[in-house]
Amino acid sequence: MSKRSVSFKIYRYDPDRDEKPYMQDITVELEASDKKLLDALVRLRAKDDSMSFRRSCREGVCGSDAMNINGKNGLACLTDIDSLAQPITLRPLPGLPVIRDLIVDMTQFFKQYHSIKPYLVNNDPAPERERLQSPEEREELNGLYECILCACCSTSCPSFWWNPDKFVGPAGLLAAYRFLADTRDQDTNARLDNLEDPYRLFRCHSIMNCVDVCPKSLNPTKAIGKIKDMMVRRAV
Amino acid sequence: MVNRPIVGAHYGLKDWIAQRGTAVYMALYTLIFAVCTLALPEFSYSAWSGLFSNGLFKFLSFLFFLSVFYHAWIGVRDIWMDYVKPTGVRLALHLVTLFLLVGYAGWAAQILWRL
Repeated sequence: MSKRSVSFKIYRYDPDRDEKPYMQDITVELEASDKKLLDALVRLRAKDDSMSFRRSCREGVCGSDAMNINGKNGLACLTDIDSLAQPITLRPLPGLPVIRDLIVDMTQFFKQYHSIKPYLVNNDPAPERERLQSPEEREELNGLYECILCACCSTSCPSFWWNPDKFVGPAGLLAAYRFLADTRDQDTNARLDNLEDPYRLFRCHSIMNCVDVCPKSLNPTKAIGKIKDMMVRRAV
Repeated sequence: MVNRPIVGAHYGLKDWIAQRGTAVYMALYTLIFAVCTLALPEFSYSAWSGLFSNGLFKFLSFLFFLSVFYHAWIGVRDIWMDYVKPTGVRLALHLVTLFLLVGYAGWAAQILWRL
Protein backbone atom coordinates (compact mmCIF):
# COMPACT_ATOMS: atom_id res chain seq x y z
CA MET A 1 0.00 0.00 0.00
CA SER A 2 1.31 3.44 -0.84
CA LYS A 3 1.19 6.56 1.25
CA ARG A 4 -2.22 7.74 2.35
CA SER A 5 -3.43 10.77 4.19
CA VAL A 6 -5.74 10.69 7.17
CA SER A 7 -7.66 13.66 8.53
CA PHE A 8 -8.08 14.38 12.23
CA LYS A 9 -10.09 16.64 14.46
CA ILE A 10 -8.17 16.87 17.69
CA TYR A 11 -9.00 18.44 21.04
CA ARG A 12 -6.31 20.95 21.87
CA TYR A 13 -5.86 22.75 25.14
CA ASP A 14 -2.74 24.19 26.68
CA PRO A 15 -3.77 25.99 29.86
CA ASP A 16 -0.65 28.18 29.68
CA ARG A 17 -1.52 29.50 26.22
CA ASP A 18 -5.18 28.87 25.44
CA GLU A 19 -8.09 30.57 27.09
CA LYS A 20 -10.31 27.62 26.32
CA PRO A 21 -10.09 24.29 24.49
CA TYR A 22 -10.61 24.13 20.73
CA MET A 23 -10.76 21.44 18.04
CA GLN A 24 -7.89 21.44 15.54
CA ASP A 25 -8.28 20.08 12.01
CA ILE A 26 -5.10 18.42 10.84
CA THR A 27 -4.14 15.95 8.11
CA VAL A 28 -1.20 13.59 8.23
CA GLU A 29 0.56 11.46 5.63
CA LEU A 30 0.94 7.83 6.68
CA GLU A 31 3.43 5.23 5.55
CA ALA A 32 2.24 1.79 4.47
CA SER A 33 3.52 0.32 7.73
CA ASP A 34 1.31 2.61 9.87
CA LYS A 35 -1.56 0.43 11.01
CA LYS A 36 -2.66 1.70 14.38
CA LEU A 37 -3.98 5.04 15.53
CA LEU A 38 -0.89 5.48 17.71
CA ASP A 39 1.33 5.29 14.60
CA ALA A 40 -0.61 8.20 13.14
CA LEU A 41 -0.37 10.16 16.39
CA VAL A 42 3.40 9.70 16.43
CA ARG A 43 3.55 11.08 12.87
CA LEU A 44 1.27 13.91 13.92
CA ARG A 45 3.56 14.86 16.74
CA ALA A 46 6.51 14.86 14.35
CA LYS A 47 4.57 17.44 12.38
CA ASP A 48 3.40 19.49 15.38
CA ASP A 49 5.49 18.86 18.48
CA SER A 50 3.18 20.89 20.72
CA MET A 51 0.57 18.11 20.48
CA SER A 52 0.56 16.11 23.71
CA PHE A 53 -0.57 12.60 24.50
CA ARG A 54 0.64 9.76 26.73
CA ARG A 55 2.07 6.57 25.30
CA SER A 56 4.54 3.97 26.36
CA CYS A 57 4.45 0.30 25.41
CA ARG A 58 2.55 0.69 22.09
CA GLU A 59 1.02 -2.78 22.45
CA GLY A 60 -1.95 -2.53 24.80
CA VAL A 61 -0.14 -3.46 28.00
CA CYS A 62 0.63 -0.18 29.75
CA GLY A 63 -2.72 1.55 29.28
CA SER A 64 -1.19 5.00 28.75
CA ASP A 65 -2.74 6.00 25.46
CA ALA A 66 -6.41 5.74 26.39
CA MET A 67 -8.47 8.45 24.71
CA ASN A 68 -11.88 9.14 23.29
CA ILE A 69 -11.74 8.03 19.66
CA ASN A 70 -14.69 9.03 17.48
CA GLY A 71 -16.83 9.23 20.61
CA LYS A 72 -15.77 5.92 22.13
CA ASN A 73 -13.00 5.34 24.66
CA GLY A 74 -10.18 3.08 23.55
CA LEU A 75 -6.44 2.61 23.32
CA ALA A 76 -4.79 4.33 20.37
CA CYS A 77 -2.25 1.52 20.07
CA LEU A 78 -4.92 -1.17 19.64
CA THR A 79 -7.22 0.74 17.29
CA ASP A 80 -6.86 0.11 13.54
CA ILE A 81 -6.77 3.38 11.64
CA ASP A 82 -8.67 1.89 8.73
CA SER A 83 -11.58 0.95 10.99
CA LEU A 84 -12.21 4.62 11.86
CA ALA A 85 -14.46 7.07 10.04
CA GLN A 86 -12.70 10.29 9.04
CA PRO A 87 -12.11 12.91 10.19
CA ILE A 88 -11.00 10.91 13.24
CA THR A 89 -12.16 12.89 16.27
CA LEU A 90 -9.85 12.59 19.26
CA ARG A 91 -10.71 13.93 22.68
CA PRO A 92 -9.25 13.31 26.14
CA LEU A 93 -10.99 10.71 28.32
CA PRO A 94 -14.29 12.27 29.41
CA GLY A 95 -14.95 13.35 32.97
CA LEU A 96 -11.36 13.82 34.15
CA PRO A 97 -9.59 17.20 34.39
CA VAL A 98 -7.49 17.92 31.29
CA ILE A 99 -3.81 18.68 31.91
CA ARG A 100 -3.00 19.37 28.29
CA ASP A 101 -4.45 18.22 24.93
CA LEU A 102 -5.17 14.48 25.26
CA ILE A 103 -3.54 14.12 28.68
CA VAL A 104 -5.89 13.89 31.66
CA ASP A 105 -5.30 14.03 35.39
CA MET A 106 -5.91 10.48 36.63
CA THR A 107 -5.56 11.28 40.36
CA GLN A 108 -9.24 10.70 41.13
CA PHE A 109 -9.24 7.42 39.22
CA PHE A 110 -6.24 6.06 41.14
CA LYS A 111 -7.62 7.36 44.44
CA GLN A 112 -10.65 5.13 43.91
CA TYR A 113 -8.42 2.24 42.89
CA HIS A 114 -6.35 2.59 46.07
CA SER A 115 -9.48 2.83 48.20
CA ILE A 116 -10.33 -0.83 47.58
CA LYS A 117 -6.95 -2.02 48.91
CA PRO A 118 -5.64 -3.55 45.70
CA TYR A 119 -3.33 -6.02 47.39
CA LEU A 120 -3.59 -9.39 49.09
CA VAL A 121 -4.34 -9.24 52.82
CA ASN A 122 -3.22 -12.40 54.58
CA ASN A 123 -2.15 -12.38 58.20
CA ASP A 124 -0.85 -15.96 58.32
CA PRO A 125 2.92 -16.25 58.45
CA ALA A 126 4.27 -16.48 54.92
CA PRO A 127 4.93 -20.10 53.92
CA GLU A 128 8.39 -21.16 52.88
CA ARG A 129 7.62 -21.17 49.16
CA GLU A 130 4.24 -19.77 48.12
CA ARG A 131 0.55 -19.63 49.02
CA LEU A 132 -0.95 -22.37 46.89
CA GLN A 133 -4.28 -22.35 45.05
CA SER A 134 -6.04 -25.19 43.28
CA PRO A 135 -6.44 -24.79 39.51
CA GLU A 136 -10.18 -24.09 40.08
CA GLU A 137 -9.41 -21.39 42.63
CA ARG A 138 -6.92 -19.81 40.24
CA GLU A 139 -9.47 -20.02 37.43
CA GLU A 140 -11.67 -17.58 39.39
CA LEU A 141 -9.15 -14.81 38.86
CA ASN A 142 -9.25 -15.01 35.07
CA GLY A 143 -10.92 -11.99 33.55
CA LEU A 144 -10.11 -9.96 36.67
CA TYR A 145 -6.34 -9.67 36.99
CA GLU A 146 -5.77 -8.63 33.35
CA CYS A 147 -6.95 -5.05 33.92
CA ILE A 148 -4.29 -2.52 32.85
CA LEU A 149 -5.93 0.49 34.55
CA CYS A 150 -6.24 2.51 31.36
CA ALA A 151 -9.44 4.13 32.73
CA CYS A 152 -11.40 3.63 29.49
CA CYS A 153 -14.23 1.98 31.48
CA SER A 154 -14.51 4.36 34.43
CA THR A 155 -14.43 7.42 32.19
CA SER A 156 -17.22 6.04 30.01
CA CYS A 157 -19.44 5.49 33.05
CA PRO A 158 -22.02 8.24 33.74
CA SER A 159 -22.14 7.26 37.42
CA PHE A 160 -18.39 7.92 37.59
CA TRP A 161 -18.82 11.25 35.76
CA TRP A 162 -21.39 12.44 38.31
CA ASN A 163 -19.67 11.10 41.45
CA PRO A 164 -15.97 10.45 40.74
CA ASP A 165 -15.15 11.24 44.38
CA LYS A 166 -17.66 8.74 45.79
CA PHE A 167 -18.32 5.99 43.24
CA VAL A 168 -15.43 3.52 42.97
CA GLY A 169 -16.05 3.04 39.25
CA PRO A 170 -15.88 -0.09 37.10
CA ALA A 171 -12.06 -0.40 37.11
CA GLY A 172 -11.85 -0.13 40.90
CA LEU A 173 -14.75 -2.54 41.41
CA LEU A 174 -13.25 -5.09 39.02
CA ALA A 175 -10.06 -4.91 41.08
CA ALA A 176 -12.11 -5.15 44.28
CA TYR A 177 -13.69 -8.37 43.07
CA ARG A 178 -10.29 -9.67 41.98
CA PHE A 179 -9.31 -9.70 45.69
CA LEU A 180 -12.73 -10.81 46.93
CA ALA A 181 -12.47 -13.81 44.61
CA ASP A 182 -8.96 -14.68 45.75
CA THR A 183 -8.94 -17.66 48.13
CA ARG A 184 -5.63 -16.47 49.62
CA ASP A 185 -7.16 -13.20 50.80
CA GLN A 186 -8.46 -13.01 54.38
CA ASP A 187 -10.06 -9.57 54.30
CA THR A 188 -13.36 -10.48 52.60
CA ASN A 189 -15.65 -9.09 55.28
CA ALA A 190 -13.85 -5.78 55.56
CA ARG A 191 -13.73 -5.50 51.78
CA LEU A 192 -17.49 -6.03 51.54
CA ASP A 193 -18.08 -3.57 54.40
CA ASN A 194 -15.97 -1.03 52.54
CA LEU A 195 -18.15 -1.35 49.45
CA GLU A 196 -21.56 -1.54 51.10
CA ASP A 197 -22.46 2.04 50.40
CA PRO A 198 -25.10 3.64 48.18
CA TYR A 199 -22.36 5.57 46.39
CA ARG A 200 -19.28 3.36 46.38
CA LEU A 201 -20.90 0.28 44.85
CA PHE A 202 -24.57 0.89 44.27
CA ARG A 203 -24.17 3.83 41.86
CA CYS A 204 -23.65 1.09 39.26
CA HIS A 205 -26.90 0.61 37.36
CA SER A 206 -25.47 -2.06 35.03
CA ILE A 207 -25.63 -0.02 31.83
CA MET A 208 -22.48 -1.84 30.68
CA ASN A 209 -20.67 1.08 29.02
CA CYS A 210 -17.58 -0.33 30.73
CA VAL A 211 -17.94 -3.69 29.01
CA ASP A 212 -18.52 -1.95 25.69
CA VAL A 213 -15.22 -0.04 25.78
CA CYS A 214 -12.78 -2.31 27.65
CA PRO A 215 -9.78 -2.78 25.33
CA LYS A 216 -8.90 -6.00 27.13
CA SER A 217 -12.44 -7.39 26.69
CA LEU A 218 -13.00 -7.65 30.44
CA ASN A 219 -16.42 -7.49 32.06
CA PRO A 220 -16.59 -5.17 35.09
CA THR A 221 -20.40 -5.36 35.15
CA LYS A 222 -20.19 -9.12 35.74
CA ALA A 223 -17.65 -8.60 38.53
CA ILE A 224 -19.88 -5.96 40.13
CA GLY A 225 -22.78 -8.42 39.92
CA LYS A 226 -20.66 -10.98 41.73
CA ILE A 227 -19.82 -8.49 44.49
CA LYS A 228 -23.56 -7.86 44.96
CA ASP A 229 -24.04 -11.62 44.95
CA MET A 230 -21.51 -12.00 47.77
CA MET A 231 -23.26 -9.27 49.75
CA VAL A 232 -26.61 -10.98 49.31
CA ARG A 233 -25.11 -14.31 50.39
CA ARG A 234 -23.62 -12.63 53.43
CA ALA A 235 -26.80 -10.82 54.45
CA VAL A 236 -29.67 -13.13 53.53
CA MET B 1 -15.05 22.64 57.31
CA VAL B 2 -12.63 21.23 54.78
CA ASN B 3 -14.64 19.86 51.90
CA ARG B 4 -13.33 16.34 51.65
CA PRO B 5 -15.31 13.37 50.36
CA ILE B 6 -16.97 11.32 53.07
CA VAL B 7 -18.16 7.85 52.12
CA GLY B 8 -18.94 4.63 53.97
CA ALA B 9 -22.66 4.78 54.75
CA HIS B 10 -22.86 0.99 55.15
CA TYR B 11 -26.24 0.59 53.53
CA GLY B 12 -27.49 0.08 50.04
CA LEU B 13 -27.85 -3.67 49.71
CA LYS B 14 -31.38 -3.72 51.15
CA ASP B 15 -32.51 -1.00 48.76
CA TRP B 16 -30.91 -2.79 45.85
CA ILE B 17 -32.74 -6.02 46.72
CA ALA B 18 -35.99 -4.15 47.40
CA GLN B 19 -35.81 -2.46 44.01
CA ARG B 20 -35.57 -5.85 42.33
CA GLY B 21 -38.16 -7.48 44.59
CA THR B 22 -40.72 -4.74 44.02
CA ALA B 23 -40.06 -4.89 40.26
CA VAL B 24 -40.79 -8.62 40.21
CA TYR B 25 -43.98 -8.12 42.22
CA MET B 26 -45.14 -5.30 39.92
CA ALA B 27 -44.58 -7.53 36.88
CA LEU B 28 -46.56 -10.37 38.51
CA TYR B 29 -49.37 -8.04 39.56
CA THR B 30 -49.60 -6.62 36.03
CA LEU B 31 -50.18 -10.15 34.75
CA ILE B 32 -52.78 -10.91 37.45
CA PHE B 33 -54.47 -7.58 36.79
CA ALA B 34 -54.56 -8.16 33.03
CA VAL B 35 -56.00 -11.66 33.41
CA CYS B 36 -58.64 -10.57 35.96
CA THR B 37 -59.67 -7.53 33.92
CA LEU B 38 -59.92 -9.46 30.65
CA ALA B 39 -61.92 -12.17 32.42
CA LEU B 40 -64.57 -9.68 33.58
CA PRO B 41 -68.03 -10.62 32.28
CA GLU B 42 -68.52 -7.09 31.00
CA PHE B 43 -66.58 -3.84 30.96
CA SER B 44 -68.77 -1.81 33.26
CA TYR B 45 -68.35 0.07 36.50
CA SER B 46 -70.20 -2.56 38.52
CA ALA B 47 -68.02 -5.39 37.18
CA TRP B 48 -64.94 -3.26 37.83
CA SER B 49 -65.89 -2.37 41.40
CA GLY B 50 -66.95 -6.00 41.92
CA LEU B 51 -63.40 -7.08 41.09
CA PHE B 52 -62.03 -4.62 43.65
CA SER B 53 -64.54 -5.58 46.34
CA ASN B 54 -62.72 -8.90 46.64
CA GLY B 55 -60.54 -8.66 49.76
CA LEU B 56 -57.61 -10.55 48.26
CA PHE B 57 -57.61 -8.39 45.13
CA LYS B 58 -57.71 -5.26 47.30
CA PHE B 59 -54.75 -6.57 49.27
CA LEU B 60 -52.76 -7.45 46.12
CA SER B 61 -53.55 -4.05 44.60
CA PHE B 62 -52.48 -2.21 47.72
CA LEU B 63 -49.28 -4.24 47.78
CA PHE B 64 -48.75 -3.21 44.16
CA PHE B 65 -49.08 0.46 45.06
CA LEU B 66 -46.68 0.06 47.97
CA SER B 67 -44.23 -1.61 45.56
CA VAL B 68 -44.57 1.27 43.10
CA PHE B 69 -43.92 3.82 45.83
CA TYR B 70 -40.98 1.97 47.37
CA HIS B 71 -39.50 1.38 43.91
CA ALA B 72 -40.03 5.05 43.09
CA TRP B 73 -38.40 6.11 46.36
CA ILE B 74 -35.20 4.26 45.50
CA GLY B 75 -35.21 5.44 41.88
CA VAL B 76 -35.95 9.08 42.61
CA ARG B 77 -33.44 9.12 45.46
CA ASP B 78 -30.85 7.77 42.99
CA ILE B 79 -31.57 10.72 40.71
CA TRP B 80 -31.12 13.20 43.56
CA MET B 81 -27.88 11.44 44.56
CA ASP B 82 -26.54 11.63 41.01
CA TYR B 83 -27.44 15.17 40.08
CA VAL B 84 -27.97 17.27 43.20
CA LYS B 85 -24.66 18.13 44.81
CA PRO B 86 -25.45 20.46 47.77
CA THR B 87 -26.24 18.18 50.71
CA GLY B 88 -28.91 20.47 52.17
CA VAL B 89 -30.85 20.67 48.91
CA ARG B 90 -30.51 16.90 48.48
CA LEU B 91 -31.82 16.22 51.98
CA ALA B 92 -34.76 18.58 51.37
CA LEU B 93 -35.58 16.82 48.10
CA HIS B 94 -35.33 13.42 49.82
CA LEU B 95 -37.83 14.58 52.44
CA VAL B 96 -40.25 16.04 49.87
CA THR B 97 -40.10 12.79 47.89
CA LEU B 98 -40.62 10.70 51.02
CA PHE B 99 -43.59 12.78 52.24
CA LEU B 100 -45.20 12.72 48.80
CA LEU B 101 -44.85 8.95 48.46
CA VAL B 102 -46.19 8.27 51.96
CA GLY B 103 -49.09 10.59 51.15
CA TYR B 104 -49.74 8.75 47.89
CA ALA B 105 -49.75 5.43 49.76
CA GLY B 106 -52.42 6.71 52.12
CA TRP B 107 -54.38 8.09 49.21
CA ALA B 108 -54.14 4.76 47.35
CA ALA B 109 -55.49 2.94 50.42
CA GLN B 110 -58.37 5.39 50.69
CA ILE B 111 -59.30 4.92 47.02
CA LEU B 112 -59.00 1.13 47.14
CA TRP B 113 -61.14 0.71 50.25
CA ARG B 114 -63.74 3.12 48.90
CA LEU B 115 -64.42 0.96 45.83
